[in-house]
Amino acid sequence: MVEKKSQKIGVYVCHCGGNISEVIDVKKVAAEAKKISDVIISVDFPHMCSELGQQMVINDAKEKGLDKVVIAACSPQFQGPTFAKDLEKAGLSPYVLEMANIREQAAWPHYDNHEKATEKAIDLTKMAIEKARKDDPLEKGELKIGNRVLVVGAGIAGIQSALDLADAGFKVTLVEKDPSIGGKMAQLSRTFPTEDCATCILSPKMAAAGDHPNIDLKTYAELQDISGFLGNFSVKIKHKPKYVYEEKCVSCGLCEEKCPVNITSTFDEGLSKTKSIHLPFDYAVPYKYYIEADSCLRLIHGGDTCGLCQKVCPKDAIDFNMVDTYEEIKVDTIIVATGFDIFDAKEKPEYGFGKLKGVINGMQMERIIVKIAEGVILKELGKKIAFIQCIGSRDKQIGRPYCSRVCCMYAIKQANLIKKMDPTRDVYIFYIDIRAFGKGYEEYYNTAQENGVKFIRGKVSELIEDPDTGKVIVKAEDTLNRQMIEGEFDTVSLSVGVGPNEGTQSIVEMLKLAKSADGFIQEAHPKFKPVDTLIPGVFLAGMAQGPKDIPDTVSQASGAAARAIALMNQGKYYYDPLFAFIEKDKCNGCELCIPSCPYDAISMRDGKAEVNHVICKGCGVCISYCPENAIDMNLYSNEQLLVEVKNAVADKGDEPRILIFADDMTSYRMIDSVGTAKMSYTANSRVIRTPASGRVTPELILRAFYYGADAILIAEPEEISSPYKTSFKEMMKNYNKTLSIMKEVGIEEERLLALPFVTVMLVKFVNTVNGLNNLANKLGPIPKDKREKLVENLKERLFGVRNE
Amino acid sequence: MTMKLPYYPGCTLKTKAKNFESSALEVAKSLDIELIELPRWNCCGVVSSIVSDNLIEHLAPIRNLIRVQEMNEHGLVENENRLVALCSMCFNVLKRSNLRVKENPDDMQTINDFMYKEEDYEGKVEVIHLLEILRDMGFDKVKEKVKKDISSLTIAPYYGCMLLRPKSIAIDNTEDPKIEKDLMMALGARTVENPFRKMCCGGHQTVQDKYAVARNTHTIINGARKAGADMMITSCPLCAFNLDNRQKLVKEAHPEFEHMPVLYFTQVMALAFGIDEKYMGFEDNYIDPRPLLREKGLLKAVSHKE
Amino acid sequence: MSKIVKITKEAAEFLNKIEELSGEKITSCIQCGICSSSCPMVNEMDLMPSQIMSMTILGQKEEILESKSIWICASCFNCKVRCPRELDLAKVAEALRQVVLRTATDKININDIPEDEIMELPQIAIVAACRRLTN
Repeated sequence: MVEKKSQKIGVYVCHCGGNISEVIDVKKVAAEAKKISDVIISVDFPHMCSELGQQMVINDAKEKGLDKVVIAACSPQFQGPTFAKDLEKAGLSPYVLEMANIREQAAWPHYDNHEKATEKAIDLTKMAIEKARKDDPLEKGELKIGNRVLVVGAGIAGIQSALDLADAGFKVTLVEKDPSIGGKMAQLSRTFPTEDCATCILSPKMAAAGDHPNIDLKTYAELQDISGFLGNFSVKIKHKPKYVYEEKCVSCGLCEEKCPVNITSTFDEGLSKTKSIHLPFDYAVPYKYYIEADSCLRLIHGGDTCGLCQKVCPKDAIDFNMVDTYEEIKVDTIIVATGFDIFDAKEKPEYGFGKLKGVINGMQMERIIVKIAEGVILKELGKKIAFIQCIGSRDKQIGRPYCSRVCCMYAIKQANLIKKMDPTRDVYIFYIDIRAFGKGYEEYYNTAQENGVKFIRGKVSELIEDPDTGKVIVKAEDTLNRQMIEGEFDTVSLSVGVGPNEGTQSIVEMLKLAKSADGFIQEAHPKFKPVDTLIPGVFLAGMAQGPKDIPDTVSQASGAAARAIALMNQGKYYYDPLFAFIEKDKCNGCELCIPSCPYDAISMRDGKAEVNHVICKGCGVCISYCPENAIDMNLYSNEQLLVEVKNAVADKGDEPRILIFADDMTSYRMIDSVGTAKMSYTANSRVIRTPASGRVTPELILRAFYYGADAILIAEPEEISSPYKTSFKEMMKNYNKTLSIMKEVGIEEERLLALPFVTVMLVKFVNTVNGLNNLANKLGPIPKDKREKLVENLKERLFGVRNE
Repeated sequence: MTMKLPYYPGCTLKTKAKNFESSALEVAKSLDIELIELPRWNCCGVVSSIVSDNLIEHLAPIRNLIRVQEMNEHGLVENENRLVALCSMCFNVLKRSNLRVKENPDDMQTINDFMYKEEDYEGKVEVIHLLEILRDMGFDKVKEKVKKDISSLTIAPYYGCMLLRPKSIAIDNTEDPKIEKDLMMALGARTVENPFRKMCCGGHQTVQDKYAVARNTHTIINGARKAGADMMITSCPLCAFNLDNRQKLVKEAHPEFEHMPVLYFTQVMALAFGIDEKYMGFEDNYIDPRPLLREKGLLKAVSHKE
Repeated sequence: MSKIVKITKEAAEFLNKIEELSGEKITSCIQCGICSSSCPMVNEMDLMPSQIMSMTILGQKEEILESKSIWICASCFNCKVRCPRELDLAKVAEALRQVVLRTATDKININDIPEDEIMELPQIAIVAACRRLTN
């Protein structure tokens, strides 16, 4: 922190058209500010945010050579960005602006006490001036971003994202673990509720992705590692051997004819046979043969075994010596579209999947229906068919309490398709609740009812087979009639739910993404950033983020592409220089800070810690971990917070003083709202803004008491809505640490509170602050000797005795 | 070396299910396991107390666990915290009470305080079923002791509730148990799967409503019959009673019903091990398995006891 | 004539009592009916297990306590291992039985059972029945 010896500070006190000046003596505020050293201008003005007001600031900054600007007006959340731009126009750093929030924090909540409101406004302005004095003229962070995107997974989500990006001119690498793109949708019969054939709508998109000049398709490939960050991700890709040269193979099929090894087809969910060398499926992209290594005689036994395919291949495209190959690419952004797995019904053995002949799963039903249309019978369905819903969904017994969102509709679709093929089949759907929430879904549900599909509200508990007839016995409570029903069925289809797959798990680990309780990837914000992750430049599409149907998947995929385009289109990425940094000369290399960072932004270099500024999100939790006080951060430096504290308590007189540390994202805004609502609370309070409450170190709290604070509230968002992963936990840790020292010294623990808030908890805030004020009044000030004791041997008390 | 294990018999093994105990003790002996009866054992508690405010009902089971500590202190066993149960119900009750106090230190404290005349229960005992001991030592070891070819027997294992539920006490996969089947296969018997192998026999309802229980018996025996079994096995004297004796009522209601012998798994083991018939106690089975076993050539033509 | 179930304060108290005794959050029930389809005694019951849950939520105390179902439950825990909300209906049934039994009521009287039957029954059956069905 380089503090200029002599600075020129301009202070502007706003009337806000009477909003402020009718309560606060703005002239007095300006006059008090003027008394402070280095303040060369201090004026009041009716409307600072008017064009005149803004121009005044710009002109003063230019003509009088201001170094720092303090505007005592509304909340920085409100007009802060406006004045920051003005500073840029004047050629100053936007970070030498401080706003004293005298409207939301003084004029409005203390409208009933002009004198105290004015006192508070003077304090707030002084705090802002002293903070400004220590502002560094920082520049915005800037990153160059290119136009390279990695799309992980080539199901419908990945294909849609890739096409949108490629059409917009970006260079896409589309990586797929299977030998063909298409994903699960390629296996489906028709799509609900329109019943258009899945292949017919998907295959043109697959072909387009295969041909697009801006898409580099990598099939049968897996990600090995991802490092780096936005604009500079390094991605290591493993190519599994197909044992067939794609560029040589003409898909003539001679190899498959000769191959002596029959294997069950995974594409047909085990219901048909294929050969060890085969095409992934009929309209695969790329449309090329490959060998499934674990079934090929030559690949298992080596030597001269078999090799028939190689002998007959007219293009010499088969090579048994292929091995894994690796490549490394650089990309600027990443879209994760790793998809899902269907629930393995064998995890619920009571339904006899894989054991009872008549029991199949929903995906097998899809394949059966597809093949019937082609005239192939994979399995006889028989006359009586039952669907059982919620297998692997809404079931805590197997750790899947969530709804899979597609099973009701796909079962209804399958039932409809069966009824259309043959109205004489007797079709039942056993369900808990039918969730037909999408556009046209309820109507489609009604179609099934009109087609004569029978809906029974009751979950089937287990399935058994009659050994004589081979039929499956289904027993359930008809919960709407409170009676047990029982019947024999030829086929029972388990409508299995969806869950995160292995690919999702591995990318979560590689990118250090957060997972939600259901195991899917956590989006940055469930409402407003549904396709972003907490990692800049990484976006989500499709089921990897949570269960969703095809329309939602495609929308989200386009959304993710748009988010990536918005970022890359600028060529540059600007960010506030809100990050921590290490003062190298103080760092002793103890590495305590490294595990404290929830984002892995701290690493060691040459025996000293170092913060990666792009990865760091500026929560400041690491600062409490440094026994050497070697960590500091921009915008909320140790010195700045301390000087704010000092000025907040300096003129308290005989009144108690309540300090509130409020996080920027939630609590500070909440306190603004209290002001806006003109809810009165004690004017003995002073608010200090922090990036997150994990930033409030025990040392800062103890020094605040030392300087004269009588009670302190640390306000933080509830854990689940915090933008910072560990802030809440760290706040509590610091809080407890501080309490134990207060206890040692004999200071009442009630003087310190650390509480979770959401932005609407206005009453809770008012009551809490007033409560602290009452308490402080009752207890009286903390005696000087105790205050002094609080800050004695701080290093030893906070970090234990250390061998120097 | 002989493995010495504390053993909890429970009431019924000393009375109605003597054949279970005698066959089990002999079978264990053949496998070099000595089951040492818990001194001063008391009632297991029978049917686990499952309301939240009934801690006192866990006293009886916990007292039995203290006896295991004492056996170690008195040198009856050496450093052996496992307590073997045979009766599925006793196993279930003892294990659940044990789990409750292990998971709730406050409950443990309360019980210990209440039984101030006893030494404190330290929470180290592990309640284990004989089937688990056999599985842990390896069914191969069981196979080695087989002297008689019983491959002509087709057996339907029956698990009932108390070995499998709730999940916290289950000795095998709650929904897909294999332990009895694996044991029977190791003995050389054929096995079939009864779809009702996990269905409750009706348990203590046999006292209140024997006809309801008989209806369950009917379902369960029919399941085994349809699957092709000629006998069933169980490890619970209550299930054994309901499945065996209640066949009388089934027959009354359904004259076409065919009886099926229901044996303790240890009786089949004893048979395969070639152990003296007197330990098998077939005379205590309601549906006498001996005609079937003779027919299969597994017993001498006429037993002197008949 | 259809019956109207009145929603009363006592109803809520009954629910609270049963929730406390059983330790189960009965209001979590989604009425899927899997308890009924997994119950080995359901054919003997007048109220479905799922119905016991919904009626407890509504506090239909008398109908439940007078039902046969709570007494025929064999505590086999099949409903517990199948319930998608992991509710333990065996505990709920036991709590409901306890409400009756703790008013010094016995559901069975051992003296009513003929002696030859008593002699035939295994000890475990008698003790278990007394534990579950008497005060």
